[in-house]
Amino acid sequence: MSSPCRGNNGICLLLACLLVLAGCEREERQTRAEPVNETGPAAVSMTGLYPGEPSPPDPRGQEYEGNAFHLAQGKQLYTWFNCAGCHAHGGGDIGPALIDDQWIYGSGIENIYATIVQGRPNGMPSFRNKIPEQQVWQIAAYVRSMSGQASKAASPSRSDEMQNKPAEQSMPQEEPKDSSGSVPNLDGRQ
Amino acid sequence: MPPAAAAPADDGNWVMPAKNYASTRYSELDQIDTRTVGDLRVEFTFSTGVERGHEAAPLVVDGTMYIVTPYPNRLYALDLTQPGAPVKWKYEPKPAAAAQGVACCDFVNRGAAFSDGRLFFNTLDNFTVAVDAATGAELWKTRLGDINKGETMTMAPLVVKGKVLVGNSGGEFGVRGWLTALDAGTGKIAWRAFATGPDSDVLIGPEYQPFYAKEKGKDLGVTTWPPNQWEIGGGTSWGWISYDPELDLIYYGTANPGPWNPEQRPGDNKWTGGIFARNPDTGQARWFYQVVPHDLFDHDGINELILLDMPVDGHPRKVVVRPERNGYVYVIDRGTGEVLSADLFAYVNSSSGVDLKTGDLKYVEAKQPHMGQVVREICPTAPGAKDWNPSAFSPRTGLIYIPHMNVCMDWESIEANYIAGTPYVGANVRMYAGPGGNRGELSAWDPVKRAKAWSIKEDLPLWSGTLATAGDLVFYGTMDGWFKAVDARSGVELWRFKTGSGIIGQPVSYRGPDGRQYIAVLSGIGGWAGAIVAGDLDPRDPTAVKGFAAAVPDLKERTTKGGMLYVFALPRK
Repeated sequence: MSSPCRGNNGICLLLACLLVLAGCEREERQTRAEPVNETGPAAVSMTGLYPGEPSPPDPRGQEYEGNAFHLAQGKQLYTWFNCAGCHAHGGGDIGPALIDDQWIYGSGIENIYATIVQGRPNGMPSFRNKIPEQQVWQIAAYVRSMSGQASKAASPSRSDEMQNKPAEQSMPQEEPKDSSGSVPNLDGRQ
Repeated sequence: MPPAAAAPADDGNWVMPAKNYASTRYSELDQIDTRTVGDLRVEFTFSTGVERGHEAAPLVVDGTMYIVTPYPNRLYALDLTQPGAPVKWKYEPKPAAAAQGVACCDFVNRGAAFSDGRLFFNTLDNFTVAVDAATGAELWKTRLGDINKGETMTMAPLVVKGKVLVGNSGGEFGVRGWLTALDAGTGKIAWRAFATGPDSDVLIGPEYQPFYAKEKGKDLGVTTWPPNQWEIGGGTSWGWISYDPELDLIYYGTANPGPWNPEQRPGDNKWTGGIFARNPDTGQARWFYQVVPHDLFDHDGINELILLDMPVDGHPRKVVVRPERNGYVYVIDRGTGEVLSADLFAYVNSSSGVDLKTGDLKYVEAKQPHMGQVVREICPTAPGAKDWNPSAFSPRTGLIYIPHMNVCMDWESIEANYIAGTPYVGANVRMYAGPGGNRGELSAWDPVKRAKAWSIKEDLPLWSGTLATAGDLVFYGTMDGWFKAVDARSGVELWRFKTGSGIIGQPVSYRGPDGRQYIAVLSGIGGWAGAIVAGDLDPRDPTAVKGFAAAVPDLKERTTKGGMLYVFALPRK
C-alpha cells in the first residue's frame, strides 16, 4: 500500500487530525439495546414481481447492515448458533453457500431474517423462539456481509479462526441472483 | 479364501451390496475377462432423476434389477428380460424433506438388500421399509429414529436369519449410535444395541469375551465419558455388516464419537470407533475391539469387514480384514477379536503403529488437535485414508482391492455447542493432497504377505467401491466420471468409459436373462467428497464441506451432477 505519509510529515499530520475528528462520529454501538423490544420484519416478499411501485424495505435493515458492532455480533452468533455447522464459513456444507450469488429464498436482510426464523422446507431448521429478535437481525446482517452486501466500512476485517476465505470486508460484492425473489430494491435493481 | 458358508457359489444374481456375507464383492462370472474387456460397451442406461450422490449398489435378482436412489429414496425395479430394461414398478417412500438438513455428507443411500422375495432399505428420515420384490407393494415400514435429534439413515441393511440389521447416521449431530434388528416378516424391532451408555443398553452380558483388557469393565459406555456426554456421544453404524454363519456372529463397526473436538470428551469414549461381534439372534456382544480409542480425527470405524480363512504366520486362521480409516489394514481373529496384524496401506503421520499386545493405536503427540491451535499436515484426513467405499477381494489373486485417498489436513479445534438437530462438530478443517500430489489411489493388497502387490495413482480421491471378477478384472470409478477396468494381477488399465457424472457408487456384476455377463454401476457425483458439486457449494471457502472443498477445488470444473445407471456387456456374438 502506498503511504501519503512517506516523506511528507505535514500531510501525515493533517490526515491524523482528520482521523481523530472522524473518530468523533463513531457509530452508535447499541450494546445496551433491549433485544426484547426488537421485532422481526413484517411479511417478506418472495418475488421480485409486484403490482405498481415496490414497497420500501424495512429501515432497520440498513441500520444493522451498516453497523460494525451488529456485524461483529452477528459473526460470533453465526458460530455459536451452529450456522457454520451447515454453511461452513460461507462456502456451504449441508446447507447452501452464503458467499456466492445464489439465493434460493431471497438475498434481502428481511428474507434472510425470515429464513432463519421460519426455516425452509429442504432442511433449513426453524429457529423461531430460539434466538432473540435482535440477534436474528445481527446474524442476517452478517450473512449479507459474507458476500459483500453489507457496508464495507462496517464489515468484519479479520477472523479469529484458522485462515479460510478472505474476511468479510475483503470479499468481492456478489450480484445476488434470487431464484425466489427478494425484498424489492428501491434502486430498481430487481 | 472367504469361508464357503459366507460366500456360496455365484448364482449370477447380486442380492446384497457386498455380494455375500463375507463381503467379497467378487463375481465368479468370467465371460468378460482380460482379453475381451476391450470390447465392453454400454447395453442400456437409466436416469434416476436425482442429482445427489449415488453411493448405492444396484441389486439383481432373477431378471430384475433394483435401484434405490439418494433422497427422495425412490426404489426402482427394472425388467431385465425386456429390451432396454423398462421400469417394472417404482416405490416412493416420500421421506420428509427436512431430513436433508441433518444429513452430514450429502443425502446418500448405500443400497437395498434382498431376501426371500422382499427388498429392504432405509430412508433418509429414519424408516426401514420392506417392499414386495415382485409387485413393489409396501409390506411394512418402521420408524427407527428422529431427525430432530439429528438422526438419519443411509446405510444398506443386511438380512441375517430373518432379521433386518440397520443402523443410524448422525455422528456429526450428537446422536446416540445404535444397530437395530427388525423382524423381516413384520418389521417389529427384535433388539437394539446402542454404542454408548450402560451395558444393558449396549447389550453386553455374559457372552461378552473381548480379547484385550482395555475392552473389559462394567458400563464402560458411561465411565469412559465425561458425565452424560455419552447421551450425545455418536458411535453410529452407517457402514457395513458381515456375517459368519459358522461362528454365528455378525461384525460391524461403530462411527466417530461426538463432537469431533476431542478435548470436549476426555476418555476412551466407548463404544465408538470400533468393531463389534454380536449374536444375530439376541444382539448380545461377543467381542469388541476399539480401533481408535478417544478418536482424534473423526475416524469412524464403519468400513467394510472382509471375512477370510487364510494363513497367518503359517497357521490357518479365521480372520476379518478391515482397511481402516486411520490407514492400517487390520487382520483380526474373528472368533476372539485379537488383532493379528495392522499394516499401513497409505501415508500416515498421525500415528506410529498398533501395539498388538495391548491393541492400542499409538498416536503421534505432535499431530493431536488442541483448542486454539491449528495443527498442520495431519495425514490422513477426517474422511481417512479410506472412507466407506468398499474394497473387493478376489480368491483367484488373493488380493484385496482397496480404493482409497492420499489427502492431508490442517485442523483447528473449536468449542462445539450442542443444539439438538444441528451439527455438533467443533473443528475447522481444510484438506489438501498428500505427498506426491495424487489425491486417490487404488491399492491391491496381499493380506498374507502384508504388502501391496501393485497400486494405481489417481488424481482425484477415490470414492467409489471396487468390484473383482473371475475374469481377473477389477472395476472402479473416478470422481470425474471414468469407469475403469484393470488387470487384477498387474493393475494395467484395460478399458475405460466416461460416464455422465462422477462415480461414487458400487459396481456389480450379474448374469442376465440372456446368459451374458453384465457390469452395472451408478454414476452421480456427491457424497462427502463430491458435495461441492452436488450441493453447488463454493470452494473459495476451504472449510466448506468440513474441509473437503479445499481438497477438490477443481471438481466443479471436472464433473456435473446427475444420477444415471450404466450397464455394460460384451457384444452379442
